[in-house]
Amino acid sequence: MKRIYVNEAWCLGCHLCEYNCAFANSGLPDMVEALKGKPIYPRIHVEEGDRIVYAVSCRHCTDPLCLRSCIAGAISREDGVICIDKNKCVGCLTCVLVCPYGALAPDGNGVMQKCELCLKNACGEPACVTGCPNKAIVYEERSEAV
Amino acid sequence: MKKYVIIGNGAAAVSCIEGIRSRDDTGEITVISEEDRPVYCRPLISYYLEDKTDAGRMNYRAADFYEKNGCRVLYGHRAAAIDPAKKTVTAEDGRAFPYDALCIASGASPAAPPLNGLDAVREKYFFTTLDDAEKLKAAVKRDTRVLILGAGLIGLKCAEGCRALTTDITVCNRSKQILSRILDADAAGIVRRHMEKNGVRFLLGCTDMRFEGNRMTAESAAADFDVLVLALGTAPNMAPFKAAGGETGRGILVNERLETSLPGVYAAGDCAEGLDASSGERKIMALMPIACMQGYTAGVNMAGGDRVYDDAFPINSFGFFGLHAMTAGTCGGDMYEERDGEKLKRLFMKDGRLCGFILVGYTARAGIYTSLIREKTPLDALNFELLKKTATTAAFPEAARRKKFGGVV
Repeated sequence: MKRIYVNEAWCLGCHLCEYNCAFANSGLPDMVEALKGKPIYPRIHVEEGDRIVYAVSCRHCTDPLCLRSCIAGAISREDGVICIDKNKCVGCLTCVLVCPYGALAPDGNGVMQKCELCLKNACGEPACVTGCPNKAIVYEERSEAV
Repeated sequence: MKKYVIIGNGAAAVSCIEGIRSRDDTGEITVISEEDRPVYCRPLISYYLEDKTDAGRMNYRAADFYEKNGCRVLYGHRAAAIDPAKKTVTAEDGRAFPYDALCIASGASPAAPPLNGLDAVREKYFFTTLDDAEKLKAAVKRDTRVLILGAGLIGLKCAEGCRALTTDITVCNRSKQILSRILDADAAGIVRRHMEKNGVRFLLGCTDMRFEGNRMTAESAAADFDVLVLALGTAPNMAPFKAAGGETGRGILVNERLETSLPGVYAAGDCAEGLDASSGERKIMALMPIACMQGYTAGVNMAGGDRVYDDAFPINSFGFFGLHAMTAGTCGGDMYEERDGEKLKRLFMKDGRLCGFILVGYTARAGIYTSLIREKTPLDALNFELLKKTATTAAFPEAARRKKFGGVV
């Protein structure tokens, strides 16, 4: 299965991926209309440490703790992609408490959201990848952890 | 063909079915379900009270789950006896079901305390099942005075749910602190004040409670009520197992493969007593995520697999009126604290490792902290100065990050 990977050495920490993500998942046709003057709730976020920046989004684990821990039965796997049914989620944050990557966050409306690889929105492929100016974020097939 | 019997039909039972089916497509699975409905999300019953969800959305699995997994479900039946020699479970109607592997996932039942005059109270309810919630919702009107006994998670979530139905809610508790099993006094104080601001009244430190008609009196307080909710804890459903000679403590004793002392018999969920990896103590960890992991592990092993679940520890994520709090592991040892008004972060360290935490407000990416407890990560191997302030994977050394994010996990 194709996943999103980030090359730390190439990430500029520009946060463009966050904006592209929020826009792609806004359902709106115009980026200005979707984002200008509004708080954004991206499903990818840039982590900043000691002289290091990189973006993090859902790893789509093969044995996901979030799925097993969800008290609302709102998280499921569809063809390998871990998805949240926002209609079922009650916003208890248990998934936030168990995800070792910090990949889930509230969507601003009281329920949770996470990266679903843009497969269901108008993009059809991860917007963070296509919009990364330094090609630090890639969408590809890999085997085990390297 | 192997025969599987599962007593119970909650999250642990369903996960057990999935565990079995991960290895065995054809074995015969029989589920003995006391409740007369398919599996649903029990922790959501308070959200049901306030219409944040409904019975239609509370399903834990799709409507065709049992059919797809080839399960026979006996609704409205209880298991009366287990015969470990003959390897059968007998239901209350006398039917016997033979098993090669049995999973007891029968959960826990609310405790009814022997309080003076309680028997004579007519309008009293438990709050652990959807049936309970439906009855309570029908009983509480705009001005109904609701009195809740017990200030644990069940009682307080009930209070929050009832607040959408009535303006008059009192929570009464023997202990002077709310949520005393999972929070310390400071964190509990923050949560209590927030609930008070949202219209929940507390009568704490109530000893010697007694009831006369619709009035509760304790040594230091009294309250009149129309509806009483009993939320004073639960007791594991383990009578048939115990009668069959199985080993029990406070719950059914299980090992890391979820095996009990009886051959071919497993237990999972709120009736099981397993090891808390954060403290090394045995305890019942009546939490849905743990029920799920235990059930799945039991199922895999029942079907001849070899799976262990040896990193269980208590975790709680809960919110009241928009204030979120989380706890994990065991408190004690050295403490790092951050406080900002009504936000609180307390990380507890022992032997150079994180063993527990309490977070009120500071909930973002808390799972990174939880992973340190689960993996017993030595804190000197990472940038703890950064990590204690912000839950971030940037605090891990580059090699660890590469492993975490570089491939399939």
